[in-house]
Amino acid sequence: MSELKELMKVFGESGGDNSILAREDIAHFVASGHKILSTRATEGLKIQAEETDTGIAARVRVLEGIVIKNPVHLCFGILHKKGIQEIRMNIQIERGASVRFIAHCIFPKAEKVRHIMDAVVEIGEDAEMRYSEVHYHGPYGGIEVIPKAVVKVGKNGRYFSDFSLITGRVGKLGIDYAVEAGENAIIELIARVFGHGDDRISIKEKVALDGENSRGLIKTRVALEDKAEAEVTGITQGNAAGARGHVDCMEIVKDSAVAKAIPIVNVTHPLAKVTHEAAIGSVDKRQLETLMAHGLTPEEAVDVIVKGILK
Amino acid sequence: MYLLDIKDITYRVKEKEIFSGLSLAIEPEEVHAILGKNGTGKSTLAYLVMGCESYIPTSGVILFEGKIINDLKIHERAQLGITLAWQEPVRLEGISVRDYLTLKKKERNPSIYLEMVGLSPELYLNRIMDKSLSGGERKRIELASIVALEPKLAVLDEPDSGIDMLSIQDIINVINVLKKNGAAVLLITHREEIAKIADRASQICNGKIICSGDPQMVAQYYKSRKCEVCIAGVCAYV
Ligand SMILES: Nc1ncnc2c1ncn2[C@@H]1O[C@H](COP(=O)(O)OP(=O)(O)OP(=O)(O)O)[C@@H](O)[C@H]1O
Ligand SMILES: [Mg+2]
Repeated sequence: MSELKELMKVFGESGGDNSILAREDIAHFVASGHKILSTRATEGLKIQAEETDTGIAARVRVLEGIVIKNPVHLCFGILHKKGIQEIRMNIQIERGASVRFIAHCIFPKAEKVRHIMDAVVEIGEDAEMRYSEVHYHGPYGGIEVIPKAVVKVGKNGRYFSDFSLITGRVGKLGIDYAVEAGENAIIELIARVFGHGDDRISIKEKVALDGENSRGLIKTRVALEDKAEAEVTGITQGNAAGARGHVDCMEIVKDSAVAKAIPIVNVTHPLAKVTHEAAIGSVDKRQLETLMAHGLTPEEAVDVIVKGILK
Repeated sequence: MYLLDIKDITYRVKEKEIFSGLSLAIEPEEVHAILGKNGTGKSTLAYLVMGCESYIPTSGVILFEGKIINDLKIHERAQLGITLAWQEPVRLEGISVRDYLTLKKKERNPSIYLEMVGLSPELYLNRIMDKSLSGGERKRIELASIVALEPKLAVLDEPDSGIDMLSIQDIINVINVLKKNGAAVLLITHREEIAKIADRASQICNGKIICSGDPQMVAQYYKSRKCEVCIAGVCAYV
């Protein structure tokens, strides 16, 4: 089986839609290890990519005013037990453009794998970017994943990101996102992670509401079992009049897992307002009892609650 | 044989004795209303019947279809056919109304249950059971879920609270459907017009049932009580 076929097989198994590669109206970019396997751009979308010693360097541009209807699929992975993959991405969404990316990061056999994503994103005036990233790290937990992004959002721009790693092991995860919001910009950062075994999770997300009337939401949902540990830092700065931010972190722990939440809210303008809520604990007793009164066993009930929170 | 037979139970939280020798028996398919002032222990009775954590009688037994259930966990009682709609239903993040109504029976059509409680399936099936639902909507969905379970005994703790005045008939309909499907209902309520539809009613006071019988009669007795706060002994009626 070719590497592309093999990667797409795992892609399909982990919930992806295999038929997208063949579609001419859907753009995609697929890389395994340090190799670019397949790429297709559509009108108004420019993808410039090259292989490097340790991974891939790519420049992605959505040209001014272009609205890309179908989501652009990105697929990164390492199929071997060992390896390193370093992705350097430069994404530019020009004025008035709009695009949605769906990134699949697949490491099914990872025993000693390192994946680094280093993204610099610029979203122009009136432009919008949605970015969903779904990870699958396999059952062994032998992986270190470091997604890093620096995002600048212009006036009236919108940035929505959604990171999810809820099937299989996590390994070691170190998310580090920083977003600067311009006037009227809207930012939403969502992360959902389910840790097992001795997984180690660190999530640091920062939104600087620098523009007037900008809006920011950082929402984190983490479930932990066994000996997994997580530390979630959500930082929001209200630096301009009318800026509104909220940090919402919920972590559910089972067994001897350890969770920590550090919401940091920082307001430097008297007309800005930032709020936060954090809830860490075991599964809510009343929720559990309600589901049990509906005939679910305690185990089934916990499962429903955890899945709901990670949805 | 009674469906539910509560025999002479006492129950204490910390220093406070909430029940001191309470007995209550319910026949299959009987709708039994429970009346009582705030704080008399109506919800506590509901939790004892459902078997919520730490709600185990200090003495006395609870029988369901002739078997002692004192030591059974909530889900074990649920599997016998007992269920409970809490006075304040919980919120559940990420769970849709559809999921909630089909928790155990995935193949079933949840729409009819929503219609039964006056909610349109198109508008509500895909709603999430979180804070975005209003209190009354949440109550209605809880009732719909109870009907969907097809229980033998449904304990409804103030199903009418938070329901607007014009929709009380929806609640009455739900109780009638439960009954038609063969369920008995332990119906905790403060509203006379709801209690009226019961087959029998009981008034709780001072840790005991002090009056049982025809709902209109019990409601009358309840309204004419002399005590604002319960001081044991005044109620001669048993
Ligand atoms: N954990 C507890 N610790 C101390 N007192 C408690 C506890 N739980 C319940 N109680 C008391 O037990 C009594 C019965 O409470 P319960 O909720 O059963 O009343 P109720 O009849 O349902 O009232 P309402 O009509 O307001 O719903 C109340 O006085 C309450 O304060
Ligand atoms: Mg009560």
